[in-house]
Amino acid sequence: MSTLDTAGPAAASIASLWWVMLIGATLIFTFVMSLLALTFFRPGIGRGTPVAWWLVGGGLAFPAVVLTPLLIYALWSGERLFPTGDPAVAQVDVVARQWEWTFTYRNATGGAVRSSNTLHIQAGQPVQLNITSTDVIHAFWVPRLAGKIDAIPGHVTVLQLKADTPGVYRGLCAEFCGVAHLEMQFAVEAHEAGAFDAVIGGLPPATPDVNAPRGRP
Amino acid sequence: MTDTTATDPIRLHKQLDRIWSTAPGFGRLSAVNHTIVGRRFIVTAFVFFGIGGILAMLIRAQLATPRSAFLGPEIYNQVFTMHGTAMMFLFAIPLFEGLAMYLLPKMLGARDMAFPRLSAYGYWCYVFGGSMLIIGLVLGLAPDGGWFMYTPLSSRTYTPGINADIWLIGITFVEISALSAAIEIIVTIFKLRAPGMSLDKMPLFAWYMLVTAFMMLFGFPPLIVGSVLLEIERAFDLPFFDPARGGDPLLWQHLFWLFGHPEVYIIFLPAAGVMSTVLPVLARREIIGYIWIVVSIVAMAFLSFGLWVHHMFTVGIPHLALAFFSAASTAVAFPTAVQFFAWIGTLASGRPQLKLPMLFLLGFFFVFAMGGLTGVMLAIVPFNWQVHDTHFVVAHLHYVLVGGFIFPMLAAAYYWLPHFSGRSPRHSLGITAFWLIFVGFNLTFLIMHLTGLLGMPRRIYTYDDAAGWEWLNLVSSIGSFVMAIGFALFTVDIVLQVTMGRRAKRNPWGAKTLEWATAMPPPTYNFASLPSVTSRTPLTESGGKSDNLAIDLARGQGYLGFVRDGRLETLGVEITSGRLEQVVRLPNSTFIPLFTAMITGVFFVSVLLKFYLVAAIGFVVTIAMLLMWTRGWGDRADRGLMSVGLGEEAPPHTEVTGAPSNWAMTLGLFANGTAYASLAFGMLFLWVVAPNWPPPVLLDPSVLASALAVVGLAAAAFAAARSVAPAALARAPQRELWLAVAGAGHGAALAGFVVLMTAVPDPTRHAYLAATFVLLAYVALHAALGVVFAAYGIVRSRAGYVSALRSLDLRIGAQWHRYTAAIGLIALLLIHGLPRVMGS
Ligand code: HEM
Ligand SMILES: [Cu+2]
Ligand SMILES: [Cu+2]
Repeated sequence: MSTLDTAGPAAASIASLWWVMLIGATLIFTFVMSLLALTFFRPGIGRGTPVAWWLVGGGLAFPAVVLTPLLIYALWSGERLFPTGDPAVAQVDVVARQWEWTFTYRNATGGAVRSSNTLHIQAGQPVQLNITSTDVIHAFWVPRLAGKIDAIPGHVTVLQLKADTPGVYRGLCAEFCGVAHLEMQFAVEAHEAGAFDAVIGGLPPATPDVNAPRGRP
Repeated sequence: MTDTTATDPIRLHKQLDRIWSTAPGFGRLSAVNHTIVGRRFIVTAFVFFGIGGILAMLIRAQLATPRSAFLGPEIYNQVFTMHGTAMMFLFAIPLFEGLAMYLLPKMLGARDMAFPRLSAYGYWCYVFGGSMLIIGLVLGLAPDGGWFMYTPLSSRTYTPGINADIWLIGITFVEISALSAAIEIIVTIFKLRAPGMSLDKMPLFAWYMLVTAFMMLFGFPPLIVGSVLLEIERAFDLPFFDPARGGDPLLWQHLFWLFGHPEVYIIFLPAAGVMSTVLPVLARREIIGYIWIVVSIVAMAFLSFGLWVHHMFTVGIPHLALAFFSAASTAVAFPTAVQFFAWIGTLASGRPQLKLPMLFLLGFFFVFAMGGLTGVMLAIVPFNWQVHDTHFVVAHLHYVLVGGFIFPMLAAAYYWLPHFSGRSPRHSLGITAFWLIFVGFNLTFLIMHLTGLLGMPRRIYTYDDAAGWEWLNLVSSIGSFVMAIGFALFTVDIVLQVTMGRRAKRNPWGAKTLEWATAMPPPTYNFASLPSVTSRTPLTESGGKSDNLAIDLARGQGYLGFVRDGRLETLGVEITSGRLEQVVRLPNSTFIPLFTAMITGVFFVSVLLKFYLVAAIGFVVTIAMLLMWTRGWGDRADRGLMSVGLGEEAPPHTEVTGAPSNWAMTLGLFANGTAYASLAFGMLFLWVVAPNWPPPVLLDPSVLASALAVVGLAAAAFAAARSVAPAALARAPQRELWLAVAGAGHGAALAGFVVLMTAVPDPTRHAYLAATFVLLAYVALHAALGVVFAAYGIVRSRAGYVSALRSLDLRIGAQWHRYTAAIGLIALLLIHGLPRVMGS
């Protein structure tokens, strides 16, 4: 379930963001702590340093130099993770309730079909999830594939998911949702193209009550 | 006038002590003195820290091993909710409130806080509200929805029991003390300083507390409004957060985090204030960049109110908005870095001593720096999507809170303990305690970042061994027990030092702020006479005969070195310049704050138990008792200028425009206005964002009733303004007539609002109806209180407390009348305007 053992492009991009930030943070931390140590091991070392160096240099310039590129990098990678809204992408409607997940495959040939607590996707293909809840707030999270997004009653949130290779990925509810919050786990099964069609074909038809989520975005 | 000028310090001490002291035995319950109440806040806060700590140990014991059967989910949910709640609301905030109460008057050169009885009232509200939560915990009825109580989980459908009500009502009760402390701290810093202490000569700690208090003033009202709305929804089914009926769970999140994010800075700033106070003393030089620091504190305060959305990055907000809040969040790094480097620069150019408090300050640097860095990471949106609600966040928040609050507060404990107790330590248990806490802390929380990255969400009561989290959790648990031993040792050390320490010599650290000019432990009145300040380091200067300010003051060679009329007196100054402005007369010990808090408790407990009739009575009696506080209080004749010693004179506070209580009303109305704005924001937010709008029915509010309300409000505002015009003030019948008109105006407005409220068809049907109803109820309540305050003004006038010179009571009332008129008109605008906009 590690966010660092990635299996999809979204998780991979965030993991590299993490490694970059970890290195940066370690350098900054070491630098600041060394300064601090120097003030004790070499007392008076800063007596000749103009006050402005500390305040302008340390207080303003230093964070500006660090944060500006970080924000730009983050904005760029966030933009790529946002759902494209491309109509060609397969759509699955996700409904969370205490304490189960229901997945409705809207575009399945032969009418919408449904599965519970297991989401079937095709490996290498992106899928767009339209997520809502019928009771309290939950959160949909598959650590190895992508970041999480809340399932909020009355709203629909959107997450784009893609697994690079076939396999089973564990998912869980990340927003505290009551006594069985822990039990609200699910699996994402990524199949090869052929196998995927067979699995979808074998799913029961969706009953109307769990049809397309309603609510404001 | 019976001036007794004593130059004999012992005699002066006896005279002052007689009027400032608190009776022994049961009389202690009547204490209002800031030294006593401040100490009580601190000790009580540490008791709650102990409780929160035990809960933390239960959490860590449960998580130490996979599939542990120690606590089930029902208990575990209560335990982590109460841990978070106790630490945030019952420990952190009250602790710094107590420290501020104890220190501020001494640092500013005053004899007490501006409103001693309010301090005591706030303290009792805190104790009673906190006890409600703890009793709930003991009975197994504690809240179990997490410390931010997200709806709909905390709504009646999904949390049917009393648990959530205990949280909402207990915390709101406690928040009375936060708001009263905020007002009191601001007014004290603004007005009760030693003459000559202009704002730019104020100790930095006072600047930190000033900004913190303002943040509390604007931060707590949204939480209180949210809690009240949620309680109304739970009790009476008015659907503010129910999406099926036009409510929205996101409204709760906005209101909560509008409070919750500033809250984190509210906790951090006082601790940073301790850093900026203690560090330069132990570095043996003045802090560098005083002005820079002041500016960055203010910048932090402003920024922190624009960041709340970074707790909501996963609720599906458009990317551009996310980017904005992300950038704003990282921008906090600037004011933080300014302070960080000002501290390091001060150390680098001073001669730092590695004394015990310094050790804890270094602990702060290490731990908080790390928390700040992970904070920047969390502000980066994509990364947040991964680690939000995982143990990474748990680790981050403890790095920030323990680093940015606990370590500085422990430093403060060791630094000021000689001042509190008059004793200094005999042994060095404190060093061992530091290392246990420091190592234990990092052992617990450093690897917890990894636990989170490996996918462990927060708030789960157990885990299986498939995920690879076992050893991480075990190490965390071991570390937390090491830390617990450290805290136990700290407690033992403090108790030993207080009971058996050596007598400390005065000003043991060589500090330059005024609190060290008092005797140790401090006398009830702080200073036998008040200093005149001409620099930022008052302790190094002396206007008196000896070169020792403390001795000069004890000999009565400053201001007010005497007792007049047996009254408790201190000085008030003009806000910016610190010019002498007034003699502030303060109340001494009384049981009335305790009784008032008890009746307030009756109100809250009856709301909890749904005895609404008793609650209504409790509310009315509470208001009546608060008004009773002023009985016999004030002057019945004009005094004019009074001597304050050193050849200077000033009028009493009842005869100046900038009296402390006038400021208190202004600030109270700021808070009230924030609450009102939150309510109006809620209504508009639902209209724009919530599902199931537009509502099934649009109201067409009665024009007649609205017109009645408008006329009433206008009359009240106009009459209130007339009642404090010089001409009216001079003549009792005239001013009483105007007050009667103001009261009648409020009465008419009240009638209008009640008619409008009763015309709202079934407010449980839709959030629009519910919001309209509550908005009207809010202004109706204010109009009703307007009637009371107008009548009260007449009573005061009749009793002889008002004259052209002594207009304080009426000016305070006039503020209320004008404010009520304003919010009433806004309410009418909203309820008439909204249906028109929606209908078109
Ligand atoms: C003294 C040692 C402490 C330990 C060992 C500790 C441990 C923990 C742990 C393990 C959690 C996560 C529970 C979960 O998500 O399942 C937690 C949550 C929390 N802690 Fe602490 N904590 C300590 C001190 C503090 C302090 C000093 C504060 C604040 C001033 C604090 C504030 C919180 C808050 C706000 C939460 C979130 C509660 C929630 O999720 O509703 N903790 N703590
Ligand atoms: Cu869930
Ligand atoms: Cu959950």
